[in-house]
Amino acid sequence: MRTLIYLLIGILFGITMFKSEAASWFRIYEMFQFQSFHMYGIIGSALGLGIIITQAIKRFNIKSIYGEKIEFQPKDKAFKRYMFGGILFGLGWALAGACPGPMYTLIGVGYLPVLVVLIAAIFGTFLYGLLKDKLPH
Amino acid sequence: MNWIFEPWPWYISGPMIAFIMLLLLLVGKRFGMSSNLRTICTMCGAGKKADFFKFDWKSQRWGLVVIIGAAIGGYIGANFLSNDIAVAINPTTIENLNALGFESAGKAYLPTELFDNSVFSDFKGLLLLIIGGLFVGFGARYAGGCTSGHAISGLSNLQLPSLIAVIGFFAGGLLMIHVLFPLIF
Repeated sequence: MRTLIYLLIGILFGITMFKSEAASWFRIYEMFQFQSFHMYGIIGSALGLGIIITQAIKRFNIKSIYGEKIEFQPKDKAFKRYMFGGILFGLGWALAGACPGPMYTLIGVGYLPVLVVLIAAIFGTFLYGLLKDKLPH
Repeated sequence: MNWIFEPWPWYISGPMIAFIMLLLLLVGKRFGMSSNLRTICTMCGAGKKADFFKFDWKSQRWGLVVIIGAAIGGYIGANFLSNDIAVAINPTTIENLNALGFESAGKAYLPTELFDNSVFSDFKGLLLLIIGGLFVGFGARYAGGCTSGHAISGLSNLQLPSLIAVIGFFAGGLLMIHVLFPLIF
């Protein structure tokens, strides 16, 4: 039953990523050229509502449907890892035009070359795991 | 209901993303997609090479189910919920892209120059996809999250680390599009 719920949420996410065109390389390029409000509107409205949802859950102590407390794990206090990691991610995001969510959506649409991006991203994650202790965090 | 078959405007798409985050929180999970790349590494045995991958991947199975759903959602969106999938980007953007050699701008969902199957016999295109993917995977884990985990979930929780990461995402993206693209294409 839980698996089915996760699957349905994933399907809703995939449809949204495709139909919003947030999965389109062209929209990412257009966003970084500041030539459309579209992506900013998506991220901005998701974030605005996201802040309200998150703060409401915390303030009113809203529980999950299984009655458990909803936890928000704070990220480690640091600067370098977020800035350096963020810049590297941004370079890849703009080049491949896909973040780690829409990649699966695009593969589902049938764009086989996105499989190359996904396999490379898995390998990139693996490389990070190998080099983690040598990198500034 | 005809709007469903048109590209969704931002004021439907953005709230839908917030709604998906809410659904995941309500089932006791969180909205973050890049962690799945680490889970896949662990499933493939990466724990033998680095401690970073030593964890019980089965506890993260829910995330893998979500991404399988994301792929199915893409199939449904493209095949059953769309009349025309060409992305109507700004005409100025189309001109810019034409000048860089992207003839498919304004006529497709993804540039055929990079995402048509013919790229498998195009060394440069393939190399760019591999480099892009490597940076996405490496950068997301280094920064501890991607667009979903930091820009939506993290900023929604008003976390400073996520703000730094999102500034990094944009700095990297702007560098790629404005400085590196004219050199690459």
